[in-house]
Amino acid sequence: MRHLLSSADLTRDDVRMLLATAAEMHEVQRRDVKKLPTLRGRTVINLFFEDSTRTRSSFEIAGKWMSADTINITGKGSSTSKGESLRDTVMTIDAMAVDCVVMRHMASGAAHQVAQWVDASVVNAGDGTHEHPTQALLDAYTMEQRIGSLEGRRVAIVGDLTHSRVFRSNAITLRTLGAEVACVAPPTLMPSGIRPWAEADGLTLTDDLDEVLASGPDAVMMLRVQRERMSGGFFPTPREYTVGFGLTRERLRALTDANPDAVICHPGPMNRGLEISADAADAAQSLVLDQVSAGVAVRMAVLYHLLAGEEVAA
Amino acid sequence: MTRADDTLPAHPPEGSGAPRTVMTAPDIARALRRIAHEVVEHNKGAEDLLVLGIPTRGVELGRRLGALLGDLEGVEVPVGELDITMFRDDLRHQPTRAPMHTRIPSGGVDDKVVVLVDDVLYSGRTIRAALDALSDLGRPRAVRLAVLVDRGHRELPIRADHVGKNLPTSHAERVMVRLDGVDAVPEDSVSIAYGETRAGSPSTPDGGTR
Repeated sequence: MRHLLSSADLTRDDVRMLLATAAEMHEVQRRDVKKLPTLRGRTVINLFFEDSTRTRSSFEIAGKWMSADTINITGKGSSTSKGESLRDTVMTIDAMAVDCVVMRHMASGAAHQVAQWVDASVVNAGDGTHEHPTQALLDAYTMEQRIGSLEGRRVAIVGDLTHSRVFRSNAITLRTLGAEVACVAPPTLMPSGIRPWAEADGLTLTDDLDEVLASGPDAVMMLRVQRERMSGGFFPTPREYTVGFGLTRERLRALTDANPDAVICHPGPMNRGLEISADAADAAQSLVLDQVSAGVAVRMAVLYHLLAGEEVAA
Repeated sequence: MTRADDTLPAHPPEGSGAPRTVMTAPDIARALRRIAHEVVEHNKGAEDLLVLGIPTRGVELGRRLGALLGDLEGVEVPVGELDITMFRDDLRHQPTRAPMHTRIPSGGVDDKVVVLVDDVLYSGRTIRAALDALSDLGRPRAVRLAVLVDRGHRELPIRADHVGKNLPTSHAERVMVRLDGVDAVPEDSVSIAYGETRAGSPSTPDGGTR
């Protein structure tokens, strides 16, 4: 493995190996000395052109706990704000002989493009509305920790699917692991070209959340309503969105009635009261904080498999 | 410390590839019993002992040694596992593999007499990595090393305290440890075959070759 650009690049064996590694790394997190010498002498640059709390900090902690040198560069404080092009920025970083660039960018495909320019390994930490593969890995990891193997389990992904890179990566990884995936969104937020993909990959499409919850899925993943990506017109009012697609107190009850062991995920940051009610976010079934805690372990696993092994001939 | 019993000349003629058995199941059982006696003799009992096996086959040997120690002294001797994957010094020279379990019994390692257990002692690099892994977990009062086979060719100043069998080998030979419970074999054995291995290369999960 040289880059991690898309969840589709990972075979089932790759995902299984990353999740198994993450489980061991999670154990390191509970120790007094949270430091492994594994990536000593390696340099990881976090290059973030979009805001992020948990992804950037967890990549930084993951690198540091494995003794890599990690450096953060954000779009705002860098030469990008002086008009430097993306290519010049990443070529400058690459010229410093770094080993890995963890990248978030508002343009879909940015990480793929950068991977063709640089010698370093590139990790896609979110590119526009395209993909966010490490989020999908940590969601799968968190769910498996609580409910066991995802093979044959039913997962509903609910919300703004059009603008969600978390949805795309999750749907791919969940299918790779053999889970059944139901995609729930209002028609305006269902990606326009999704039908051929859904047919080829066996995704179920629906706009009826209540019906999906009544069928007792094993996991429900609520997605954030991304106001920063919406130019308006996708739904009339926030209130109307909540009525149709929010995980309200009533829907939480319907879910737990149908399947008492069901779990709830949200990639964060949450809009409490919009897509998820406080009752659901803080319920015993909620994995939101487990997801954050797993984020570091999963990113340690990714950095380990990208950077620790035999150097790949360029 | 007590070094092992007899040694075997082990230099088959060039090109002979058939493995030759150098320890049978009863030999292995006897060696472990002797090591258990040596450990309690040196420690003056089983107090504060903590047995840590190094994956893959060290875990099974550690489990057996812990049971023998418990039988000898009539107490429960804690047994755990110590994975060294993330501490290897040759990570850059081979494909990555998933790390294995590290499991430390609830008492921790602080102030314990840790007995590290591995199947074959060769370059010493695995043990160097294990000592590093151990120091991240706490501060044992002492660390001792028990191995089933010492095949020589050390690359670091490391020696075993308890050895099942000293087996002089050449670099061109492979030592294969097969254990019931780890490998798909009817009974335990240690055998030797002609064929190059790199010193310090890890035992493969399926082969157990060094």
